[in-house]
Amino acid sequence: MAKKVGMEGSLAVSEAVKLANTDVVAAYPITPQTHIVESLAEMVANGDLDAEYIPVESEHSAMSACLGSSAVGARTFTATAGQGLELMHEVLYVASSMRLPIVMAVANRALSSPLSVWGDHSDVMAVRDCGWIQVFAENAQEAHDLVLWAFRVGEDTNVLFPVMVNIDGFNLSHVTEPLLLMEQADVDKYLPVNKYPLPLHPDKPVTMGAFGPPFIYTEAKKAQEVAFQNTKETILKGWDEFEKVFGRRYSPIETYQADDAETLLLTMGSLSETASLAVDNMREQGKKVGLVKIRLWRPFPFEEFRKTVKNANVLVVLDRCLSFGGPGGPVASEVRSALYDQANRPKVVSLIGGLGGRDVTPQNFEYMVDRGLEIAEKGSDSEYEMIGVRK
Amino acid sequence: MADLTWKDMEIGNIITTPGSARAYRTGDWRSDKPIKDYETCIKCGMCWLYCPEAAITIDDDGMYGFDLFYCKGCGICAEECPKKCITMIEEEEV
Repeated sequence: MAKKVGMEGSLAVSEAVKLANTDVVAAYPITPQTHIVESLAEMVANGDLDAEYIPVESEHSAMSACLGSSAVGARTFTATAGQGLELMHEVLYVASSMRLPIVMAVANRALSSPLSVWGDHSDVMAVRDCGWIQVFAENAQEAHDLVLWAFRVGEDTNVLFPVMVNIDGFNLSHVTEPLLLMEQADVDKYLPVNKYPLPLHPDKPVTMGAFGPPFIYTEAKKAQEVAFQNTKETILKGWDEFEKVFGRRYSPIETYQADDAETLLLTMGSLSETASLAVDNMREQGKKVGLVKIRLWRPFPFEEFRKTVKNANVLVVLDRCLSFGGPGGPVASEVRSALYDQANRPKVVSLIGGLGGRDVTPQNFEYMVDRGLEIAEKGSDSEYEMIGVRK
Repeated sequence: MADLTWKDMEIGNIITTPGSARAYRTGDWRSDKPIKDYETCIKCGMCWLYCPEAAITIDDDGMYGFDLFYCKGCGICAEECPKKCITMIEEEEV
């Protein structure tokens, strides 16, 4: 039986990294990710985790060290947040195009300036196109589970891509929640040994990261994109197997009270739990409101998403990130694009809130639904609206 | 190499054959190419010594020539030749 414990979200992540018997952790501490790497450093120092802990001088170096360790076939983990993720930016693309199955937890944080250590999704949205598999966790249990799943999926020889597990800074990373801690025997059953097919090894030398002149670069990118699209099957299988071993079910798109809903809220990450409270309130008032949560952000689950929202009239999307001068929040703009060619589709309303750690309450979600319906009916004079701004 | 399709790529574009860079023609970057007056050459080997690309060849008689598959046309051989028997000419003139 899995043990029920009270545990901080960050420690739920590092416990999963320990249970996965990770070989290398290369990381640089940054708020609000610090507790993850602090606790891992402690586990390694105390001999509880037999891994190399590489303290580095920056996040750029952290990800570069991860490339090296993953390239020799070592199970590799790192974690970062906000500015740290942006400093890693160029190396993220190298990890995915070199097909190195690094697992990274991102404790989502706003970007400077003004300097903010608090949570939003500006950091991950800026690396949206970097070719990593990206998922969002809603609570500490999901963070714990998804890290283990990330190793299994990323290292699968049908996948071989890095995986990013997003957990909201502070709201998840620093909150203690009840958690079913996975048993080592179950973890060993679920997660096979990492066998990278072409590792760096003196017995069989290979060249990694060679240059690609114009005659081959396009072919290299096509191969990467096809391989990335094909990860979906293993992603789903990874969740099916997870349910068999641990009894908890995950899906690319998840819903709450969405089946007969006329108006749908769309959220990602920890705010989904708050939004579900608002849905309960509005259901009591007789409003047909439901919630859609995107778990799998990349590769984007187009088919599941379209199927889920097709019968709704209005889809109100809450983005925790601004696209300055753009067509709305990044999530709203993507789902609009995903729905544009569909015969049956809801009107998409783009709202932006929860920036830089600003709380979003159930009342705020109720306002979003009311305002969303108003915009859907009468239109708005801007591409998107920011909610909760003092005037 | 130029007819590889996207299906021929190894995972992560890993190269499994050592030394495959030899097949890459660097000579097509060249805008100037060296020509040589073989009558004046004294086979001193300064061109061979100075060439940064190891693109100077030696034949059985000890005569130096050019490997235009790799020669990038930098002109260092022409500059260093003590007999000034190497001249750089524009590719189009050939």
